[in-house]
Amino acid sequence: MATIDLGHHGTHGSPDHGHSSIDPSRPYHERYHAAHHFIDREHEFDAVKMGVWLFLATEVLLFSGMFVGYAILRIWYPEAFIGGSGLLDVKWGLINTVVLLASSYTVASGVRHAQTGNQKWLRINIVITFLCGLAFLLIKFIFEYAHKIEVGLLPGKFYHYAHPTSAHEPLWWGIYWCATGIHASHVIVGLGLFAWLYIRSRKQHFGPGHYNAVEGVGLYWHIVDIVWIFLFPLLYLIH
Amino acid sequence: MSSITNKDAAGLAHGKAHGGGGHHSGDDHEHHSYLHPKPTILATIKDWATTIDHKKIGVMYLFAILFMFFLGGMAALTVRAELWFPTTVDPKTGVVSGQFLQMFMTGDGKDWSKANKFYNQMMTLHGLIMVFLVIVPSVPASLGNFLLPLMIGAKDVAFPRLNLASWYVYLTGSLLAIFVVLLGGVDTGWTFYTPYSTTTDNEYHKVTWMVASAFILGFSSIFTGLNFVVTVHKLRAPGMGWFDMPLFVWGIYGTAIIQVLATPVIGITLALMVFETTFNVGIFDPRLGGDPVLFQHFFWFYSHPVVYVMILPGMAIVNELVAVGCRKKIFGYRAVAFSTLAIAGISFVVWGHHLFTSEGEVAAVIFSALTFLVAIPSAVKIFNWIATLYKGSINLNTPTLYALAFLWLFSIGGLTGLFLGALSVDLHLHDTYFIVAHFHYVMMGGTIIAFIGGIHLWWPKMFGKMYSEFWARIGWFFVFVGFNVTFFPQFVMGTRGMPRRYANYVDEFQLYHQISTVGAFLLLIGFLVHLLTFIQSLVAGKKALPNPYGALTLEWTNAASPPIEHNFDHEPVVTHGPYDYDDVIPPQTPPGEFALPKPSARPIEH
Repeated sequence: MATIDLGHHGTHGSPDHGHSSIDPSRPYHERYHAAHHFIDREHEFDAVKMGVWLFLATEVLLFSGMFVGYAILRIWYPEAFIGGSGLLDVKWGLINTVVLLASSYTVASGVRHAQTGNQKWLRINIVITFLCGLAFLLIKFIFEYAHKIEVGLLPGKFYHYAHPTSAHEPLWWGIYWCATGIHASHVIVGLGLFAWLYIRSRKQHFGPGHYNAVEGVGLYWHIVDIVWIFLFPLLYLIH
Repeated sequence: MSSITNKDAAGLAHGKAHGGGGHHSGDDHEHHSYLHPKPTILATIKDWATTIDHKKIGVMYLFAILFMFFLGGMAALTVRAELWFPTTVDPKTGVVSGQFLQMFMTGDGKDWSKANKFYNQMMTLHGLIMVFLVIVPSVPASLGNFLLPLMIGAKDVAFPRLNLASWYVYLTGSLLAIFVVLLGGVDTGWTFYTPYSTTTDNEYHKVTWMVASAFILGFSSIFTGLNFVVTVHKLRAPGMGWFDMPLFVWGIYGTAIIQVLATPVIGITLALMVFETTFNVGIFDPRLGGDPVLFQHFFWFYSHPVVYVMILPGMAIVNELVAVGCRKKIFGYRAVAFSTLAIAGISFVVWGHHLFTSEGEVAAVIFSALTFLVAIPSAVKIFNWIATLYKGSINLNTPTLYALAFLWLFSIGGLTGLFLGALSVDLHLHDTYFIVAHFHYVMMGGTIIAFIGGIHLWWPKMFGKMYSEFWARIGWFFVFVGFNVTFFPQFVMGTRGMPRRYANYVDEFQLYHQISTVGAFLLLIGFLVHLLTFIQSLVAGKKALPNPYGALTLEWTNAASPPIEHNFDHEPVVTHGPYDYDDVIPPQTPPGEFALPKPSARPIEH
């Protein structure tokens, strides 16, 4: 949404901002014009940032439904939640937390390098963030999900674990799979976004005057991170 | 006196130059009307399908929504027709009589269940289409999309491509819903209450698909809302402060906030429901220890605010209808603006009044008290509009007639809402036709009536053509009378105990049901008259002037009818309020072109 380039202004649109828009030898981020309905690039940046923050508010509300379900069912069946939580592997949960926190640092650092126009380090940070996200998913699937599917720690009527700790444990696994599943789907979307950022950064699309997409994806990645910061203690640590 | 620069005024005084598509000799393609077709038909279709112009997207939404309104209306007529006679079964022969939907009965005339199943599906279809496909997107996505940037002097919404995405997402959701209908439809009602919805869905997983459709439509709603909030914050023309915005913009802004903040909750609810039916996670399933009432809380946490997503835009339109119709400053502008925000805020804390019979007593008392709060800002609006009409020079054209109909019908709808907010009365009226009548008076008597009034008001701006005032008033008459004939008897039936949703009833309700069904067909006549009037206008209507009503908001004063592709030929600068009719005379409307009030028997008083 941030990158509409009509290649021309509206008839009576914003004045040219002193960037030579026709010289193709200059990098894209210097040639970049705000979309025709904005006054200039700062105006567009403000609007994009506000839009992304509103989108993050919708994400918080989406997960809040999940957390309310968790809270109510935990109050009803504390023994199922304690028993089920005990079967999770805190080690891999912790490693994944560290991996995501590291990626949060690199994505913030990437935004900074976009602001200063350091193309090489912008690309390096995007790649590291992408790899961290991928590592998170691989750890999740190989060391956690695969094992649970194998021993039958599944939601609802698919639950067939040999040593259940309480009658309502299937419900806990329902919450666990929904919460981590929805979070993982957000990580997958994030990977796609970082791939897109990498392709664009190779073409020198981002620089001091124009890094809307880096900023937006960065904010999105932070919310994915924050949700995990809440999920980790709620699912793995509280007994 | 005037806000508009000399250059503007001069430009617009000769404004017919860009008044109607194609009549001028300008070379610059930017000065074409947005409706101006491309050289070939294929190019025109491609242009519309890939457009990021908010006006075209608004117009496409408008026609899609009107088509869906037609489908939903047909389902309603089927329901009303079935209710003409009560179904009776002869105790000796077992022969069924009184079913209008007899073509769905088996040969010997003894099986009433198929016709009843069809009735349930039509009833659900009516609710789903009218709520998710018509009323929720109606005003914001069509008139809102078209008018919001024009009214605040912007060239487009903040994120035009997101806007186009929202249109295609809406289309996808609608097609999925129609697909489910072709599979045979669902019979859960539009509320999808668990566990019925998650346990009876064995054939084709139709409920799951329908829920997926509502989930997809939710995204469309979020995209539109997010776009509008940013647009209002960031794209107002120079000189337009928050309290210089037309009240239509305030209403759409309040709506957009609710859309952004409430829709994600229905998103997670419906997602959990799909998990529930596919993987049996059990969160809403009492057999696994889950809580079906939790679903009701989640559902209404969205669906109550969304009731205000439905009514706020209706109120937003009425502001403009009243101000333009009586050429007066809106009484208490700030009170009306803040009441919009108050309604948006309160809407988030009253969901529990849908659960008076299924939640705890203390919660019910609290939610009952909170519910009464909504009446205050709603009443502020109604009283302010009436105060605005007082001593105004009222021009009783179709848009104003619709504004008056709104005031009448919405007041009835709002006041009967207070009956339902009172706990003891609600326990008697819960799930009766009283509820049905109440929310139709609010949703249809409020939102749809305002929507149709708004379409009439802005029709000349959208399409550059005038419609036949005479036939539009005839249509209004049938709609207004038909509406009351349809729904007023339902209040009476409801208080006497007729439960909602049933395909059958005891004989003593027959008179009320028959009056109601007659009213439904009067409504049909009214809408058909409107349809023909609009078609006549598009084909042979008189060309519209830029400002046929002499109104003062930017879409009338600074834009052509229909507007050019970039909305304005230069950026508008705002120097007067949207309703300063006492101080400003719009310069670009030739005298005599807009209807002045007829000479009165009484002299003018000051």
